[in-house]
Amino acid sequence: MSKEIIKIEDLKRDFVMGTETVHALRGISFTINEGEFVTIMGSSGSGKSTLLNILGCLDQPTFGTYEIDGVKVKDLNRNELATIRNEKIGFIFQSYNLLARTSAIENVELPLLYNSKVSTEERRERAIKALEMVGLAERLHHTPSQLSGGQQQRVAIARSLVNNPVMILADEATGNLDTRTSYEIMSLFQELNKQGITITFVTHEPDIATFSNRTIVLKDGHIMQDYNNYNVQSAAVQLAKLPKEPH
Amino acid sequence: MRLLNLLKIAFKAIVLNKMRTLLTMLGIIIGVASVIAMLAIGEGSKESIRATISSMGSNMITIKPGADVRGGVRRSASEMETLTFKDYEAIKAQTTLTSYISPIVNGSGQVINGSNNWPSTIFGVNPDYLNIKVVDLQSGSMFTNAEVQSAAKVALIGQTVVDNVFPDGESPVGKMIRFNNIPFKVIGVLEEKGENTFGQDQDDVVVAPYTTVQKRILAIDHLNEVMASAISEEDAPNAVLEITEILRTQHKLTDNEDDDFHVRSMEELISTFSSTSEMLTILLVAVASISLLIGGIGIMNIMYVSVKERTKEIGLRMAVGGKGSDILMQFLIEAILISVTGGLLGVILGLGATVFIEKFLNWPTSVALYSIIISFAVCAVTGIFFGWYPARKASALDPITALRYE
Repeated sequence: MSKEIIKIEDLKRDFVMGTETVHALRGISFTINEGEFVTIMGSSGSGKSTLLNILGCLDQPTFGTYEIDGVKVKDLNRNELATIRNEKIGFIFQSYNLLARTSAIENVELPLLYNSKVSTEERRERAIKALEMVGLAERLHHTPSQLSGGQQQRVAIARSLVNNPVMILADEATGNLDTRTSYEIMSLFQELNKQGITITFVTHEPDIATFSNRTIVLKDGHIMQDYNNYNVQSAAVQLAKLPKEPH
Repeated sequence: MRLLNLLKIAFKAIVLNKMRTLLTMLGIIIGVASVIAMLAIGEGSKESIRATISSMGSNMITIKPGADVRGGVRRSASEMETLTFKDYEAIKAQTTLTSYISPIVNGSGQVINGSNNWPSTIFGVNPDYLNIKVVDLQSGSMFTNAEVQSAAKVALIGQTVVDNVFPDGESPVGKMIRFNNIPFKVIGVLEEKGENTFGQDQDDVVVAPYTTVQKRILAIDHLNEVMASAISEEDAPNAVLEITEILRTQHKLTDNEDDDFHVRSMEELISTFSSTSEMLTILLVAVASISLLIGGIGIMNIMYVSVKERTKEIGLRMAVGGKGSDILMQFLIEAILISVTGGLLGVILGLGATVFIEKFLNWPTSVALYSIIISFAVCAVTGIFFGWYPARKASALDPITALRYE
């Protein structure tokens, strides 16, 4: 069996809102192995965002354990969490979250700036390599405003790859994109996955889930379904099937 | 995270907001520049006062009669007769801290040369006088002690007198003039000194042996004044004390009697005038400091806005591994960069303004190194102080909230 990247057991997260306690996660357990492409589905209020925050080490569970790449996250302080995020996780957001008026390459370099082990030359080299991987080798010095939505998301993906994370965590990464562009992005994710990168993709779009090899469905803080998808669709093929855009 | 990276990030943020940064800096620039310029003006006027007084002889000590009461009526200094030649002799014999000493008698009158005449003041002195007043001769020579002894009718005249009674440009040395109808032989011309700080023409004088002036012009045997010169400027205050003691003994004053004379050193005069200009300097600097403070508040304001505006960016930086301390340093360095750059520009502008004031307004200025150091240090500290709070606020943000902030 391949390495366990994520292991959570009986994970609970409560929020105290005034006098009321909201149970966002009510005891969730699953493991994600190296090389998996997992989509986490659920409608709003299902606890999806809360789970994402915990998986991304932005938040701590109230109860239960969470291990990422063999590191127990519970009881880590703010700075230690920041280091985990820096070294083990690559974030991709719905709204890209690129730094405005900052070139693609500088955006991609950002996570490495916070890693003192990486020298300036290595940082630049790795950023260029990451941008090449997402097909933006020609756009190194473009700023976000000079790039399309799809290209911006590619920069964000390059940024998530640059620190060689154990897992990429995508939050509705195609939510702001049209179908064609989101299929392009999904096709890129599938390629990266083929190269062995573990991807956890949070979405509420069912067609996105068909591109992954495993789907976890959340509802009201519980896991409703957790199934392997044996009939993975190729995003590239689906993209070709889309009607040509009128020009 | 390495400092160099932080500097790069902060520098980038500043460059991306050029206009805003410049406007923020302006507060600091003006603050620092005005502190430096104000201090330069203050220092300059202080120095010019000191220089003028020094040119009159900074070691100079004057002893004047005082507190001469006749029948309960206080008399003016010129009428007093409590300072005598014996006092002069006693001081001269006992003092250890003075190098030159001269009796002074003076009176005013008309200087006449043929058809030209001019009202002036005659000073009766001894040959030490020139050393005390730090005056050289343009031409001729000073009278000798022998000429003093014999009450010779010789005189030296100042440039103003020369201009008025010898209008033809001929050399006055060797010529005869009359002062209040007493003939004097001009034996020298005093070096030009111009006006003093108080607007007195220092060249409008006639200098003659005090014996001659006492006997022939004033018909008195007391002295109007005794002038001495302390060995050095530092010795002046002690010399004043020494002379006071000598005179108290000489005048047989008991412990509960006031001095019937006044001993003053130029040092006192300098400090009196300096303190006035110092007061003005303090006032000016206080106003300038307020503008520096306002500049600091400007930095705080802009950093506060900057943190608010970049909440999402802060969230992202935290998500990709930025620690609270990294964020804190980023914003702090940004604030420091703004204030230090502003401070440097302020120093340059301040120096420029000083040169301008000196050149075009003809005000004496003097840039003190300490004013540059202090104002620069104050503005750097201001940057840290006012940058700290917004930076602290940014570093304490919750990454989740910051990321979702719109």
